[in-house]
Amino acid sequence: MLCKLLHTIGSYLILMRQTFTRPQRGSVFWRQYVHEFYQLGYNSLFIVILMSFFIGALLCVQIKINIWSPWMPRFTIGYAMREVILLEFASSIICIILAGKVGSNIASEIGTMRVTQQIDALDVMGVNSANHIMLPKILAMTSAIPLLVTFSIASGFIGAYVTCWFGGFLSLSDLTYGLQHSFESWHLWSGYIKSLVFAFIIASVSCYFGYTVRGGSIEVGKAGTNSVVVSSVLILFTDLLLTNLLMA
Amino acid sequence: MITITDIHKNFEHQEILHGISATFDAGKTNLVIGRSGSGKTVLLRCIVGLLTPERGEVLFDGRDIHHLTKRETTFLRQEIGMLFQGAALFDSMDVLHNVLFPLEMFSSKTYQEQLQRARFCLDRVGLSDAESKMPSELSGGMQKRVAIARAIALEPRYLFCDEPNSGLDPISSRIIDRLISDITHEYSITTIVNTHDMGSVRGIGEQILFIHEGRAEWTGTSHNINQASNPHLREFLKHA
Repeated sequence: MLCKLLHTIGSYLILMRQTFTRPQRGSVFWRQYVHEFYQLGYNSLFIVILMSFFIGALLCVQIKINIWSPWMPRFTIGYAMREVILLEFASSIICIILAGKVGSNIASEIGTMRVTQQIDALDVMGVNSANHIMLPKILAMTSAIPLLVTFSIASGFIGAYVTCWFGGFLSLSDLTYGLQHSFESWHLWSGYIKSLVFAFIIASVSCYFGYTVRGGSIEVGKAGTNSVVVSSVLILFTDLLLTNLLMA
Repeated sequence: MITITDIHKNFEHQEILHGISATFDAGKTNLVIGRSGSGKTVLLRCIVGLLTPERGEVLFDGRDIHHLTKRETTFLRQEIGMLFQGAALFDSMDVLHNVLFPLEMFSSKTYQEQLQRARFCLDRVGLSDAESKMPSELSGGMQKRVAIARAIALEPRYLFCDEPNSGLDPISSRIIDRLISDITHEYSITTIVNTHDMGSVRGIGEQILFIHEGRAEWTGTSHNINQASNPHLREFLKHA
């Protein structure tokens, strides 16, 4: 078990070394990068906005129903919701959702390339296949994540405003006051920093599982599942470490 | 010319290739034949460097592919074209961009010249009207022809074909065979074709290597294959 774990970590690091080299042809790399940015970033925007909107709305309702009491100031709802969204939801939870959507997509795409010998074809041509396939995905994912986090935060707040407006249990001015109360910009930045690390984990781990597939369609399916499970666990573990480091 | 000497390859303590030696001449269609599981594909993968043999050397006109620097290997690989069993076209690109890809990666030509070359290669394999199609829209035979066009785009000195006729009807098989043979002679390429199709052996086999259970058991030409005395080859021919 330990031997297998060490072997996996070792082969992951070797693959990353192969990946992080200078692209052989800049123009081809940039074209791939733009394509991946669109595929992994832009195509995830809708799900991020949708989920963040509803989570923002639900957080508002839950805090109102379960936490709020007449002894608490009304703006507490907005304040608590802001902290949850900035500190955990927009970075960690969104990244776990993306590990499911983007991670399985990456692993199955690269896995299929492996079993249909497309990666062998690249290697025979003299292309550094790891660099050609994985680097644009990893860079596109890490550069798209700050935008996704920004949209997630904004959608969460909009969800809260919409709920308060239609639910009528909190005035918009109280919510706005709560959202602005004791604002620490570091909380926002730490969310962005964490999301960058998580994006790297999602892309690189999924690429690793896809690239190392051996066999056929069943193994490709397993690679997709494994990439989601391992990325999610690593995100949660890293979240714990980073939260302690950044918020201490 | 490609020379292989004493190639040994193991997979998890099981020896697949038991010291194969052979010479493949330039300008000839060299065929490697044998039953399924005899080690043909493993040998081809060792030759092109996708697998590293435990022992032995593979010389491309004197250059050992397994003992070159990274830079030399990349340079040598640009002289290699390969047709895989399943064509291995990039399914995210259309036909034209599949052929254009090696040119974009390695050629110093302008984009217009690259386009011209890619279109010439597609025309050479008779697919000039399919350039905007995706690989999934093509038949198996057409995919193999696109793969040949991609393999010759950089004007390679060495061409490798792994079971080029697998899954094709006899007519498409002969078209692919003829194309490989014509290209080999036209550009004086060293071509190695893995096959168990006797139609290919009789049609284009100029130099033949017969492998049985990881051992080179017979070499000859399509003219004298029927007179071979090797019992495994005779058995193979009897059922072919």
